[in-house]
Amino acid sequence: MNSAALQPAQSAHEPSKDVHAEMRGVTRVYGGDGKTGGVQALAATDLRLRRGEFYSVIGPSGCGKSTLLDVLAGLSRPTTGEVLFEGKSIDGRVPEGTGVVFQEDASFPWLTVADNIAFGLRRAGIDAAEIQRRLDYALKLMGLADFAKSYPSQLSGGMRQRVCIARTLVMQPRIILLDEPFGALDAQTRLIMGDELLKVWRETGATVVLITHALDEAAMLSDRIGIMSARPGKIIEEIKTQWPRDRDSRIAANPAFGEITARLWSVLRDESLKAIHQGNKSSAGLA
Amino acid sequence: MKRSLDTILLIAAGLIIWQLLHMAVPYALTSPAGTAVKAWNMLNSATFWPHAAETGKAFLYALLLAIAGGLAIGLGLGLNRTSAEVAEPILVSVYSLPKVTLYPLILLIFGLGVPAKIAFGTLHGIIPIAIFAMNAVRNLAPVHLKTVKVLRLSRTQTLLTVFIPGALPEIVSGLRIGFSLTLLGVLIGEMFASQRGLGYLIMNAIGLHDVPTIMAVIAMLGIAAVLASAFMLWLDHRLHHRAA
Repeated sequence: MNSAALQPAQSAHEPSKDVHAEMRGVTRVYGGDGKTGGVQALAATDLRLRRGEFYSVIGPSGCGKSTLLDVLAGLSRPTTGEVLFEGKSIDGRVPEGTGVVFQEDASFPWLTVADNIAFGLRRAGIDAAEIQRRLDYALKLMGLADFAKSYPSQLSGGMRQRVCIARTLVMQPRIILLDEPFGALDAQTRLIMGDELLKVWRETGATVVLITHALDEAAMLSDRIGIMSARPGKIIEEIKTQWPRDRDSRIAANPAFGEITARLWSVLRDESLKAIHQGNKSSAGLA
Repeated sequence: MKRSLDTILLIAAGLIIWQLLHMAVPYALTSPAGTAVKAWNMLNSATFWPHAAETGKAFLYALLLAIAGGLAIGLGLGLNRTSAEVAEPILVSVYSLPKVTLYPLILLIFGLGVPAKIAFGTLHGIIPIAIFAMNAVRNLAPVHLKTVKVLRLSRTQTLLTVFIPGALPEIVSGLRIGFSLTLLGVLIGEMFASQRGLGYLIMNAIGLHDVPTIMAVIAMLGIAAVLASAFMLWLDHRLHHRAA
């Protein structure tokens, strides 16, 4: 890859204008009776995701990032507002075509790597030849071919997360939501996994939403980055990166990477301070 | 290698303590060698086997009933959070009830004979199996429950392909405890109001002050129970290790 290819202005990847998934005035309150009491995790949040874009959500800890993902995936109902996927309102059930990768290891310890990856396909009643074809492809793409017969307990955390990504992508989701998928991994493994994720994104053409707390991860992987406020969280600013579609973690050498990271931090720093202040207040209240 | 050496040392220590106790109270305890000879003679006598078969049969039925009932109760309750929260204290308090006090009632309900022993054995084993199965389902990883929703599995698929395999290591731990308690229940049942079985042999020998017979039956039951328990412990470790 030559440095000219990394110049954003020359080969910026322009995502389609077509809205793929959308949150309209979504709030989420935990506990309470819906009107009073409870903890408000999400303030009225609006989000429009374009088909095929790589969108990251970054925010201070405890700001409701995971809640946003759960509501967007259909794993949890919004308290008010509406979530649309491909033009249809989703209501308390994960729609077909949605894949989710979690921070925790979600591989099934009683199944081999191959059986883990094929798990969803088998339950969906897809024929054996097609399962084998997708399985072989996913094993190769995620570098797991030599571990097909291993059990998750024999693999490192990074490898197990690859298994979970592979299990998601064989379902051929049109949108992939990832909730801090590399949060439990060491810094170098995270960079490599970021590249793998970009590869999956390019190959599948899926819309990707990545929840992260890592500035560099958001800056190097995304087309657009949404910055969330301190709790109750909502997206307060969106930043476009203008990276080319064909990119990897070496883009960190591009001067624009530093600028984007700095802009992210200038917004996020205030929110993080607020979040810390909130934490102090609530612990003072408890004392 | 080290582990088998440990086991041998432990058995040797046990035998030495047994021998010392025998020398201290010879009228209450037969020596290890004396017990082994008596047990060998019993195994070769025609009168012993009907008793062993009686106990074996009662135990087998009781165990099957305890497993089937325990899993049905435990899995059923575990699948529903509210019913599990209501049922747990009830199960635990019933479990801590000294069940031998219920034996007269069991006898009145089932009459003298094998059914009462089976019922009493089942009563001992069913609750720990139910409690373990219930908690096994309640303790399934939340991320697995989310995965089930993302993959849009049906209820049957969820139960068969995620809940049961996920809960299996804990269920086997429950079966291990249920196994020994069921055996305990059957033997206690045989010690009272019974004319057959290994429990009866022990009670009969007490009446005759036949210490070697008591010791031989205890030794045989002990070896059988330890071997069965060791097998299940092995299975348990394998399942838990795999899940680690």
